[in-house]
Amino acid sequence: MWKPIHLVRPNTRIDFMRWHRFAFVLAVIMTLGSIGLLGFKGLNFGIDFAGGILMEVRAPQPPDLGDMRERLSGLGVGEVSLQSFGDPNTVLIRLPQQAGGEQAQQTAISKVRAALGDGWDYRRTETVGPKVGSELVKNAIIAAGLAMAGIFTYVWVRYAWQFGVNALLAMIHDVVTTLGLFSLLGLQFDLATVAAILTVAGYSVNDKVVVFDRIRFEMRRYKTMPMGDVINLSVNETLSRTTVTAGLTLISVIALFLFGGEVLHGFAIALIWGITIGTYSSICIAAAGLLNLRHSKIRGDDQSAKESGKGAARGA
Amino acid sequence: MLHFPKWKIVTVLFVLIVGTVLAIPSLLPRAALDALPDWLPKATVNLGLDLQGGSHLLLEVDMDTLIKLRLDSVLDETRTVLRKANIGYTDLVVSGGKVTLTLRDAGSVDSAREQLKSVASEGMEIVNDGPKLTIGFSESGLTQLKQRTVEQSIEVVRRRIDETGTREPTIIRQGEDRIVVQVPGVTDPEHLKKILRSEAVLTFQMVQGPGGVGPVPPTQVDLPEADSGQLLRVEKRPLVAGENLVDAQQSFEQSGLPVVSFKFDSLGARKFGDATLKNVGRRFAIVLDDKIISAPVIKDAILGGSGIISGNFTVESARDLALLLRAGALPAPLTVIEERSVGADLGADSIEAGKRACIIAIVGIVVAMILLYGIFGVFANVALIFNGILTLGALSALGATLTLPGIAGIVLTLGMAVDANVLILERVKEEVRNGRSAITAMEFGYREALATIIDAHVTTLISTLLLFMFGTGPIKGFAVTLTIGIIISLFTALLVTQLMTSFWLRRTRPKVLPL
Repeated sequence: MWKPIHLVRPNTRIDFMRWHRFAFVLAVIMTLGSIGLLGFKGLNFGIDFAGGILMEVRAPQPPDLGDMRERLSGLGVGEVSLQSFGDPNTVLIRLPQQAGGEQAQQTAISKVRAALGDGWDYRRTETVGPKVGSELVKNAIIAAGLAMAGIFTYVWVRYAWQFGVNALLAMIHDVVTTLGLFSLLGLQFDLATVAAILTVAGYSVNDKVVVFDRIRFEMRRYKTMPMGDVINLSVNETLSRTTVTAGLTLISVIALFLFGGEVLHGFAIALIWGITIGTYSSICIAAAGLLNLRHSKIRGDDQSAKESGKGAARGA
Repeated sequence: MLHFPKWKIVTVLFVLIVGTVLAIPSLLPRAALDALPDWLPKATVNLGLDLQGGSHLLLEVDMDTLIKLRLDSVLDETRTVLRKANIGYTDLVVSGGKVTLTLRDAGSVDSAREQLKSVASEGMEIVNDGPKLTIGFSESGLTQLKQRTVEQSIEVVRRRIDETGTREPTIIRQGEDRIVVQVPGVTDPEHLKKILRSEAVLTFQMVQGPGGVGPVPPTQVDLPEADSGQLLRVEKRPLVAGENLVDAQQSFEQSGLPVVSFKFDSLGARKFGDATLKNVGRRFAIVLDDKIISAPVIKDAILGGSGIISGNFTVESARDLALLLRAGALPAPLTVIEERSVGADLGADSIEAGKRACIIAIVGIVVAMILLYGIFGVFANVALIFNGILTLGALSALGATLTLPGIAGIVLTLGMAVDANVLILERVKEEVRNGRSAITAMEFGYREALATIIDAHVTTLISTLLLFMFGTGPIKGFAVTLTIGIIISLFTALLVTQLMTSFWLRRTRPKVLPL
C-alpha cells in the first residue's frame, strides 16, 4: 500500500483571520448584490410557480427555431418561448397560462400540435394552473423558513446562540447568493431548484457544524488562547476534512451536471455553487463571526476534551 | 476497537444481507428476476412517472358548483312548498351561500319552518331571525358534504379508469378537495381527461315544446340539443335518472348506426314504464350533462326496462357514453388543475442519464478515497457501495417511488455518505501526527468524530425532512432518497467500516497506521 496523499499539508497554519474583514466585506457585497439582482431582474420562474404550459418536443432533424417561432406565434396563444434543450433535435416550448380555464389550456396544446404537424415526438407535456402554482410557492417558502428555523434552533441548543446566529447568517448568505446566481444567469427556477437550495442550506450548516464542533473543543482545551488563534487553529485542523468532503460532494454533483441529463441542469448548478460558497462561508463568515465570543460562553468541560487535552500535551 | 462484540458483528452482517437481498430484484433484468425462486423477495423499486413514462393529473372537485346547484334546487322547492301551504314571502334569493327569504307574516314562522323541513336536505339547517329565514349548509354539514363528494368522485373516477382498461392506475385523495390520478404508460391523456371531465348525469325528461319563446315556467327549463344547439323546453323533474341504470353497452341499431343500449333496474323500469304509458305520442328528451342527446317520440309504452339511445354517435363516442353510464355520474364537476405527461422514451433517457451520473460519481469518489486514505479508503468505499445497495433495498421494501430528482438524491448522498469516513479518518490522521499508536489513534478517531457526525447529519436531516413534508411529486422523491441515504450512511460509514477496520487491525497489528 502506498502512502496516501494529503490534500492539505499536515500542520498547515494559514492565518485566515487576517483576511476576515476583507472576507466579510466581500460576503456583504455579494449578498446585497444578489438581493439587488432579485429585486431588479427577478427570477426566471418555471411553470411550476408561474403556471402555464411546457412541452418538450423532438424532431427527426434539427428543427429551424425561427420557422417554429413564426408558426407558433401566429396561433394567438400568447408569447411563445422556444429553447433548444440538450441536443439540437429537442426543443422546449413554453406557453403562458391561457385565459379561460382548463379547456383553454387543452385547446392551446392542440393548436401547437396542429401547427407543428406530423413527425414530432412529444416527450413531455406539463400544465400547471395558477392556483397550484401559488400553492407551490407558499409551500416552498414555508419549507425554506422552517428549515432555517429548525437548523438555527438545533445549532443554538447544541452550542450557544452566537453559533446559531452565525450559522444562520452564513446560511442566508449561501442561499441568497445561490438565488442571485440564478437571477444573474437567468436560469429557470422551479421545484427542483427549491429542493437544491434547501439541500444547500442543509449542507452549508453541516459544514459549519464541523468547524463549530472543533472551535468549541479547542475553546475548552485552551481556555486562555485568544479567540482569533482558537478559530485559526480549528479552521486549519478541519481544513483537510472540509476540502475533501467538499471535493467529493462536488465530484458527485459535477457528474450530475455533466451526465445527469438536461432536466437536472439547474438543480446541479445550484448545488455546485452552494457547496463551493458554503465551504467559503464556513471559514470566512461562520467561524470569523465568533471572534468576539468569550470562553465563558462555553459551558462546562466535557470528559473527552480534558482527556484529549492531556493526550495532546503528552504527544507534543 | 479490536474487540467487536459478537452480537454487533451478527447484527451488521444481518442488516447487510437483508438489505442486499431486498435490493437484488431492482438490480436484475426482468428475465433474471422471473427466474428467481418464489421465496426470494421480488419487489422492485417503483419508478416514478417521470422515469417510466405516463400521466399525472391533479383534479379538483368543483364544490362551488355543487353547492350552488343544491341551493338552486332548494330555492325551487321552497317556492313550491310555501305556495302550496299558502305562506306569503318576499325576497327569495340565494345569497352568501344560503337561501334567504322574508315571510310576510312573522306569525307564520313556525309553520314555514315545519313545511321547509322536507326541503332542507341532509346537512342543512334552517335559521330564523324574526320573519327572515335562511336555509343553508351547516358547518359540519358542509364538511360532510365535501367528504362524501370527494369520496364518491374518487369511486367514480376509479370505475371509469378501470373501464378504459388502463393498467395500474393510482388514484388518491390529496388535501381537502383534490384527487391525484397517475396512469403509467399513458402519455397522451386527452382521451382520459375527456372521460374524467364528463359529469355523465343522464336524465329522461318530458319535452313541453320548442324552447326560447315566452317566459319559462319555473318547473320547466330550456336545454340545447347536442348536435344542433336548438333549444327545447323540458320539464325540470326527470322521469328517470341515470342512477337507475344497471348496464349500458355500445351496440348497433338495425340501420347499422352505433347506439348505446341500456337497462334499468326494477325501480327505473317501473318508473319509465309508467311514464311512457301515460305519454304515448309525446316526446321525451334524453339529457346528458344538460345537453339533449335525442328527443324521440314515445310510440308505445316501454315496459321491459331496456332501451336504446340513438344520437349522432360514432362507434367510439357511443362506447365512451356507455362506459360513463356504467361507471356512474360524478357528484360534482372535476377540473384538471395540473397535468404532467412524460413519454416513455424520455423516461428511459432519464434513467440512462441517472445511471451514468451515478457510476461516474462512484468511480470518482472511489478513486479519490483510495488516493487519500489508502486501505481505509477501500473500507470506506466498500461501505459506500453497501450504502447504495441498502438504499435501493430500503426503497423497495418501503414501496417508495424513485423519481429523477430521487436519482439526484442518491448521487448527492454518495458524496455526503463518505463524509462520515472523511471526518473519522482526518481525525485519525491528526491523532497519528500527535504520536498516538495505531490502535488508540483509530479508537480516538471514531469516538471523537461521532458527535460531529451526528450533529452534521441531524442538520442535513432537518432540511430533508421538511422537503419531504412540504414537497410534492418529484421533490418528495428527492427528499425520500436523500433521507434514507443519509440515515443508512450513519450505519454503513460508522459500523461497517469499523467492523472492517477492526478485522484488519487484528490481523496486521500495525505499529503505525498507513495514513
